[in-house]
Amino acid sequence: MEYNATELMACVASRVLEDKKSVFVGTGLPLVASMLAQKLHAPELLLIFEAGGIGPKLPMIPISVGDSRTFHRAVMAASMDYVMGMAQAGLVDYGFLGAAQIDVYGNLNTTVIGAHDKPKVRLPGSGGANDVGSLCSRTIILMRHDKLRFVNKLDFLTTPGYLTGPGARERAGLPRGTGPYRVITQLAVLGFDDESKAMKLLSVHPGVSTEDVVNNTSFKLVVPDKVGVTQAPSPEELKLLREEIDPAGIVIGG
Amino acid sequence: MKFIEEGRGELLGWMHPDEARAWMAEHKSRGLDDKRMTMAEAVHRFTRDGDYFAMGGFGHIRFSMVAIHEMIRRGRTGMAIAGKTAVHDVDILIAGGVVDRVDCAYAFGHELRGLSPTGRRAVESGRVKVVGELSNAGFQWRFKAAAMGLPWLPARVMLGTDTLSYSSSKVVEDPWTGLPLTLLPACYPDVAFIHVHRCDMYGNCQIDGTTIEDSDLARAAKRLIVTTERIVDEGEIRAHPDRTAIPHFLVDAVVEAQYGSHPGNMPGLYYSDEDHMAEWLYMTRSDDGVQKYLDKYVYGVTEFSEYIELVGGAEKMSHLEKLERLEVPFEAPWARRG
Repeated sequence: MEYNATELMACVASRVLEDKKSVFVGTGLPLVASMLAQKLHAPELLLIFEAGGIGPKLPMIPISVGDSRTFHRAVMAASMDYVMGMAQAGLVDYGFLGAAQIDVYGNLNTTVIGAHDKPKVRLPGSGGANDVGSLCSRTIILMRHDKLRFVNKLDFLTTPGYLTGPGARERAGLPRGTGPYRVITQLAVLGFDDESKAMKLLSVHPGVSTEDVVNNTSFKLVVPDKVGVTQAPSPEELKLLREEIDPAGIVIGG
Repeated sequence: MKFIEEGRGELLGWMHPDEARAWMAEHKSRGLDDKRMTMAEAVHRFTRDGDYFAMGGFGHIRFSMVAIHEMIRRGRTGMAIAGKTAVHDVDILIAGGVVDRVDCAYAFGHELRGLSPTGRRAVESGRVKVVGELSNAGFQWRFKAAAMGLPWLPARVMLGTDTLSYSSSKVVEDPWTGLPLTLLPACYPDVAFIHVHRCDMYGNCQIDGTTIEDSDLARAAKRLIVTTERIVDEGEIRAHPDRTAIPHFLVDAVVEAQYGSHPGNMPGLYYSDEDHMAEWLYMTRSDDGVQKYLDKYVYGVTEFSEYIELVGGAEKMSHLEKLERLEVPFEAPWARRG
């Protein structure tokens, strides 16, 4: 079956999520991925929204991480204090993030392109991203892969990845054992090397070569001798995405 | 306590806790006073040019559009806003010339709808300054520190990042663990606007759904204007005191405004008006379009009810109510217009 890059990214992200774990979700692709996981292998995946929604039965894709859909038939309609406190206390396993720029250690920029005081492009800022990147056990980063986004140096470090490398998060005071886990792009699935904490290629998507990935990355990736190929979306995954989760194509349409 | 780092962001809204206590003691009436008034009176009496203010709700969710319109019509200017997931609120306030400084956790975006043309133009041209960065939890807990009467609250966010360096927080060595710890300064906005589902004439408020930051924001704000879908009898509140999110003694003004959050989503009552949001995003691609929008929908009316008529009146509101109840299919026109 034919599929687009967004559908593939949604499928890959959904497969990372485990049943009976919790995930901090934003709107858009993270939500689509989480809903797909719930329909396939993780029916008890607990969705948490930063405005306070916990464990909803989502009837449709919310437009905002605070809208009424985020607590539709939920187990709790709480507050930001409550859910951020949950994350700080260790109750949130996964968190999704996106960014305009990422570096080799998975640090993210969603604040500004150019100088902070004279911005070329002003982006929204941290929002809950820094909190998710600081406090969730494992973060999954979904973003477009090209040289302007996979950069040597961020214009602004909004959200912590592994900061300057091994041990840096802990030295900065961030909770032990947390950090970025996967980076999922339209080209590949990446992780982080256990020792150096540098970004590492895990698999290339069907039709994409290792060279394509390297050529679209400004920094030096860890590339193992053998790189696998990402499993393509199954007909079942695509059917659920198109017919049940996002029939209007709001997220996966383009 | 060993001092590690200090953010360079401008510290807005902070007060010495004893000064804050004195303010609360003097200005917050514990009595049951009838606080009902018009939006114009509330804005006239409780807001000043140059104030630092916060909007309750969450960007497009349960925010007080009725208050925003009045601030723009009154020509309030030079104000700084707590950009705590400020989305459509800060966008239209920037467009209307009210806001020139943003203390920013999230602004200039419309979540799934994309970036905000107005907000971006204003910051990129230097007309609006971002005076500090922080995270959403950072803002939430700054309000919580104020609500508790403390000078700061510690948290494990923003550590090691430029977000911290550009914030008004400090990092110290925690005397218990020896770990670096962020100290978030208390934030007492000069004024806050919170839109609620129902309250009595004294300001005892109930909110349906998530309270977001509003319980703490209500306690932190030096002046609090509540706008409400409807004013109910005191007995209705007292029958369910466990549902009170904001008690009367925090509230300075009560303004009744049905559909007061349009084009936002009022949980349980009406969903967001995506046709109107698309119109806003489309028109505000140029300064000329911004002016046309404001002339039509803000300056061209005197009461919020006239604006509701202008955007489609009862028929439109009924549609948004059905949408909220999932009785009609949802469409996202901004997705088509790109």
